[in-house]
Amino acid sequence: MLTLAHFLTLSAIVFSLSIAGIFINRKNVIILLMCIELMLLAVNMNFVAFSRFLGNLDGQVFVFFILTVAAAEAAIGLAILVVVFRNRQTINVAELDDLKG
Amino acid sequence: MNSAQMLLAAPEFWVLVMTCVIMIVDLFLSKQRQGIIHMLAMLTLVFAAIITLRGDYLVDGVLSVTAFAESFIRDPMGDVLKVFSFVLLGLIYTYAKYYLRCFKMFRADYYTLSLFALLGIMLLISANSMLMIYLGLELISLSIYALVAFDRNSSRGSESAMKYFVLGSMASGMLLYGMSMIYGATGSLNLVDIARALDSVGSNDVLLVFGLVFVVVGIAFKFGAVPFHMWIPDVYEGAPAAVTLLISSIPKLAAFAMAYRFLNSGLGDLHIHWQGMLASMAVLSIIVGNLAAIMQSNIKRMLAYSTISHMGFVFLGLIPNSAFGFGASMYYVIVYGIMSVAAFGMIILLSSRGEEAENLEDFKGLNQRNPYYAAIMGLVMFSMAGVPPMVGFFAKLMVLKAVIDAGMMWLAVTAVVFAVIGAFYYLRVIKYMYFDDPEIEIDMTAPVDFGAALTMNGLMIIGLGIFSSSLITICMASFGI
Repeated sequence: MLTLAHFLTLSAIVFSLSIAGIFINRKNVIILLMCIELMLLAVNMNFVAFSRFLGNLDGQVFVFFILTVAAAEAAIGLAILVVVFRNRQTINVAELDDLKG
Repeated sequence: MNSAQMLLAAPEFWVLVMTCVIMIVDLFLSKQRQGIIHMLAMLTLVFAAIITLRGDYLVDGVLSVTAFAESFIRDPMGDVLKVFSFVLLGLIYTYAKYYLRCFKMFRADYYTLSLFALLGIMLLISANSMLMIYLGLELISLSIYALVAFDRNSSRGSESAMKYFVLGSMASGMLLYGMSMIYGATGSLNLVDIARALDSVGSNDVLLVFGLVFVVVGIAFKFGAVPFHMWIPDVYEGAPAAVTLLISSIPKLAAFAMAYRFLNSGLGDLHIHWQGMLASMAVLSIIVGNLAAIMQSNIKRMLAYSTISHMGFVFLGLIPNSAFGFGASMYYVIVYGIMSVAAFGMIILLSSRGEEAENLEDFKGLNQRNPYYAAIMGLVMFSMAGVPPMVGFFAKLMVLKAVIDAGMMWLAVTAVVFAVIGAFYYLRVIKYMYFDDPEIEIDMTAPVDFGAALTMNGLMIIGLGIFSSSLITICMASFGI
């Protein structure tokens, strides 16, 4: 029998993976964008699980909004990525280091 | 939903409609007539302020009214913050117009994106449920990510946009994760219902405290408090000055409203848990901000670290969880917005040679080039350092009083010591302006509206200082004192 704890553990694992991905990854900006999406999906799972076990629909409505905003966020992220590539001919995270201090 | 509820959100609807109108009008304008966009945007702000101030919803001593299934709240605090957002954005547009024309970047996108950011700010200020907080926050963030990359050919601009985007999205993710935990513990998205549920759940529920930590991280990121400040210096430096001007001022007003609604209206019962977190972040912000600012030679970076220390002071007022503290914090954040807009306005004025004046050396001998503007910059710097009778002094005084009233003397002492250390880098700018010789002998000329806006901004700094009780009374009245 799956309980709430199972869902919460799974989403905590996914969430931690995405945070680790953002901090450990030193190669590619696209992987950062993927990690951000993963993070939002972990949150969605949390909301749906709580919503199901509390018998309250608000959480699932919230998930719809998060999905929509995530799509807009990905669009802006990719647009910025294109601008970065046009200006620097690279999307290597380690080379984004002009601003320091 | 009835029309009375719609009327409560009238300012928001007005800004939304006008933003769409501006987007469409822009399609039909030739390059020479783009000034119309500026006029339309200013018109939007003026009428938004009038509609907000006409708020006749307060009858029979009612302090706040909610609408849209209690997810939208209209109260005096929100109205004051909104009106100041309009005033500041009006100043920002006046400065930015000059900058955008000098750098041949005058496009309607700047106005539409910043008006969408303003809409997000208004929604966040009036948010009464976690859903509204999230949507308002994202509307601000997404508009600002795009604005930071506004100069499409700037390598540094795009780099800072990327950094801001990744860190900002991560912070939103953390905030959402915290929200999901709080939702799980209380079974509601509405802040009022959450506060009600806390009575039965108790303040030591693991899920709840776990969620609170993530929420505080998200709030701290939006303020830019240490240790979540990494994005501020890079974004301030990389973004065009016209955008830095925007980022550094009005989003902080919304961040304050978010912190108040979330931490007081929603999670007020968890005060003992969030108090310590905020106190440590406030102290760290004031220390790191002031020390790091001393080492900067780039003035935008210096002001970025100065922002971090100012946000530490704003946090000081939140810590006691008292009406007086919130009033003091609100006063501080408004005053900070006024000062910051003036400081970046001066940077834009000095940038008029088609090259951004980024280095502190660009201020050398400003007094010989133009004593009037040098005096205004001097006022701004003295005010930021907290010298009476400028308004910055009274802002610091109020938050420190709030902290001392709450019995946290050590916090006040640390803050004052580092504020004194911080005075060094503000005074260094004044030294450059008055005691060094100019490196360039170009006359400084600015359009009439720019000069008028800067004068008004300077007058606000000294006027609100001399007649300090006026704004303080308004802020305190918002919290029923």
